[in-house]
Amino acid sequence: MILGIDVGGTHTDAALIENFKIKKKAKVLTNEISLMDSLLNVMGEIFRDEDSLDLKRIVLSTTISTNAIVQGKTERVGLILASGPGLPPSALKINNDTHFISGYVNHRGIEIAGIDHDEVSQICEHFKKEGIEHAGIVGKFSTRNLKQEIEVRDIINNNFKHISLGHRMSGHLNFPRRVSTTYLNAAISDLYTNFVKEISKFLGKSGPKLPIYILKADGGTLEIDKSVEYPAQTILSGPAASIMGILSLTDCRKDAIALDIGGTTTDIAIFADGIPLLEPLGVTIEGHKTLIRGLRTKSIGIGGDSRVKYESNSIVIGPERDGPAAAFGGPSPTPTDAMIVAGLTNIGDKEKATAAISPIARRSGRPVHEAAKMIFDLTCQKIATSVKEMIEEINNRPVYTIHELLEGKKLIPQVLNVVGGPAEPMAEHLGKLLECPAHIPEHAEVANAIGAALARTTTELTLLADTERKTMTIVEEGLQIPIPNVFSREDALKTCKEKLFERSLKMGAKKEDIDMETIEDQEFNMVRGFYTTGKNIRIKVQVKPGLITGLGKGQTIC
Amino acid sequence: MLKKKKKTGLIFFPAFDWAISPTHPEREERLLYTQDQVFEEGLLDFENIIEFKPGLATTSDINRIHICVPDANSVITESHLISAGGAITAADKVLQKEVDNAFALVRPPGHHAMRVVHGARGFCNINIEAIMIEYIRKNYGPKRVAIVDTDCHHGDGSQDIYWHDPNTLYISIHQDGRTLYPGSGFPEEFGGPNALGTTINIPLPPQTSDEGFLYVLDNLILPILDTFKPDLIINSAGQDNHYTDPITNMCFTAQGYALLNEKLSPDIAVLEGGYSIESALPYINVGIILAMAGIDYSHVREPDYDPESIKQSDDISRYIEKLATGIYDLWKSRESIKEKLVGNAEYMKHEKNINYDTDGIREEQEETVRICNDCGGFVTINSTASTGNRIFAVIIPGQSCPACRSEGEEIFASTDKSDFNYIYFQDRDRDIFQVVK
Repeated sequence: MILGIDVGGTHTDAALIENFKIKKKAKVLTNEISLMDSLLNVMGEIFRDEDSLDLKRIVLSTTISTNAIVQGKTERVGLILASGPGLPPSALKINNDTHFISGYVNHRGIEIAGIDHDEVSQICEHFKKEGIEHAGIVGKFSTRNLKQEIEVRDIINNNFKHISLGHRMSGHLNFPRRVSTTYLNAAISDLYTNFVKEISKFLGKSGPKLPIYILKADGGTLEIDKSVEYPAQTILSGPAASIMGILSLTDCRKDAIALDIGGTTTDIAIFADGIPLLEPLGVTIEGHKTLIRGLRTKSIGIGGDSRVKYESNSIVIGPERDGPAAAFGGPSPTPTDAMIVAGLTNIGDKEKATAAISPIARRSGRPVHEAAKMIFDLTCQKIATSVKEMIEEINNRPVYTIHELLEGKKLIPQVLNVVGGPAEPMAEHLGKLLECPAHIPEHAEVANAIGAALARTTTELTLLADTERKTMTIVEEGLQIPIPNVFSREDALKTCKEKLFERSLKMGAKKEDIDMETIEDQEFNMVRGFYTTGKNIRIKVQVKPGLITGLGKGQTIC
Repeated sequence: MLKKKKKTGLIFFPAFDWAISPTHPEREERLLYTQDQVFEEGLLDFENIIEFKPGLATTSDINRIHICVPDANSVITESHLISAGGAITAADKVLQKEVDNAFALVRPPGHHAMRVVHGARGFCNINIEAIMIEYIRKNYGPKRVAIVDTDCHHGDGSQDIYWHDPNTLYISIHQDGRTLYPGSGFPEEFGGPNALGTTINIPLPPQTSDEGFLYVLDNLILPILDTFKPDLIINSAGQDNHYTDPITNMCFTAQGYALLNEKLSPDIAVLEGGYSIESALPYINVGIILAMAGIDYSHVREPDYDPESIKQSDDISRYIEKLATGIYDLWKSRESIKEKLVGNAEYMKHEKNINYDTDGIREEQEETVRICNDCGGFVTINSTASTGNRIFAVIIPGQSCPACRSEGEEIFASTDKSDFNYIYFQDRDRDIFQVVK
């Protein structure tokens, strides 16, 4: 049996799965003060009549990291940046403890200016004096040569509780994002480490050596002990859980749209051939653009409880939410009230809903039923427009080869999956607007917990080989090794896949779940003068987001 | 440094799967390190820098400005349609006011491609700026356009195309043609009889550094632009004036390029040449993008940047001051030169020998323009290439006068077809392109 738990902002959901069937589900209110309390409650529900010793694994999706960042409960972090030429320091400084040092490497990973040890030691002394216990070290192009970050760490190593290194965060190029990712990773490391300790102690009681996994923003899982090194990866796992849930609850092997319509917002996600799409570089949290791999979602300020207003001769929906729908005692008219009045759903107090919609009907000069229908249509239209924009944005993403520009895949969604409170009354109309059949998966109320339970371990690796310099870097693994005189793109791909396989196992993957995909595979002749001096080979492979094996193709868990 | 931020469109298309030949300067690797630097700086995360995917230019876009022999599809590949399409996308975004300015960081380049195209010359097949400008005029109405070509090589193709157009000011700063391909671009090349002074050539001596470039910008180019009052300024942004460029001899720097861009403030910049792909292009391009977007570029510099070692000599400074004064005086007397040059002539004929170095083709061309005070004058071209093709073309310019149009149409109708492989008729205002075989 597998247990999936999603600790959300309002509810904590759990789903117990046996042979890919839902054996039991539970939902309790989240205790914002004590996460452990929420876990204890939901597990109490699940295990009331069960023998927990049968568990094969537990997967947790929690808001612990997200909340720490959103609520500013983070540690002070001293940042040491080797920023080289380019953007001015003023554009890179993310806190008052950001310091710049003089060394740097260039785009090929060649060290242009060395590290000044005295300069680093002085910054270290300053951090100590300030009582800073957490540090981040980030170099421009450190993904191309990680030596300088290591060199700086070795100088300051014994003075801090935690040091995050930029190159370990991601293989992608983007220095400002690497800086903020490293910062966030260091800033939540204490809190997260304590959480892991507590969880392990708590769940350790449930059975011997029970594998525990944490859900990441990319919809993949990570073995809990490994997650301590990368706490930032666990932010924004909630939306990821929901998307993975929809994936597991539907026969979704085509291009598809997933909508999670909540009270305040609607989250949109897109699947390409059944695979959830990732953010090109990483997720954004509290204004920090990061390199944290995450599923691509778009959140719009329209939900069942959005406030409906009539302003300058038109109906305005959201983005504010004043409270629940009027039919449930809320202060303002909402799309939910409109759906009740229009007879699309039978929930709540219809009289209260009608009373709330009436003023809008009066001001727009329409019968109340017609006004309700208009509000409903407009709500659906707004959501559909955002979906179309997102698809267009994906289809218009820049590409850099003639082949991709002329032959590249275009997304054409075939299915619309809708979950969330107003899914039932809205799905069909949204399907019409988006020209694909709508589907409401079963067990959607615990989709997040199911998604967490069934998500596979994901990871990615970046390999850069420079045969002129005779070196190869696999940066996420901190590897920088010499390569032989003859080293081809095939050799690079093979090496990268082997390392990805090893890394996946380390992160907690089962062999049969390591479904590798090459996402970048390029080779350039480096010509200097009129002679080819070497090859610049760039490989990126990943284990893409997906479900653990056991489910047949086209099979859902319901 | 506080600057006014601008919304800048970036059309980035490095064509990682296209090369003239494996070791040619115009090869897959050319923008690889530029991409690395642009990505690593996180420039695309700035709210005011927006990346757009290039569109595809069409053969009609090409036929609006070029006479391709035998036809457009025979002289181009998809890569040319994308780089011209990238320039067009940049123009659309600016003209539709989605952005304040835009940079088409695309390849292959185009400024050596002339009006008639028998093949590739100077790594160029079709003139992507000219295609863009005529697309703009077709879709957004007649515009006065200034092209400032900062490529190290004289943009002889752009000059040829706009030689007779009084509404397009073509200014080229380049390394002196006595020392570099294509060997043209002297101050006396000053525009056709109907458009004197709308072609300006500024040949700078080898080893000119930032100081010299900025001197001619401040003292020659900006004053002329002030008088011409263009609706649009286009920068043909070649990057081979850089001190590390392997095929030229100038001493311009990334800081210099950025400052030039800030002062010139082009509406659209289009990449041209530049082959110091590792030491220069990453820094120049970041500098240009930041300058266009109004973001502090003062920290952009090459790893081996040493202003003292590349400083131009006092002799060069004096030479450039004199040169700039001479060109400015020439430009101020453009009206009186016209009277002397044209006299009572009704037509003027010009013979050219054109070398297509990239494709190894030679062309002999005779170009005739009608002297006209009301428009650029219709043009006829009689061209024979070493490929064996002999063609005749009649070109009615944009904003043409009725006399030039009717006479041009008459000539097209009455030309003896048997003398030529192909006869072409191009009418910009009516967007007509006809071929008779």
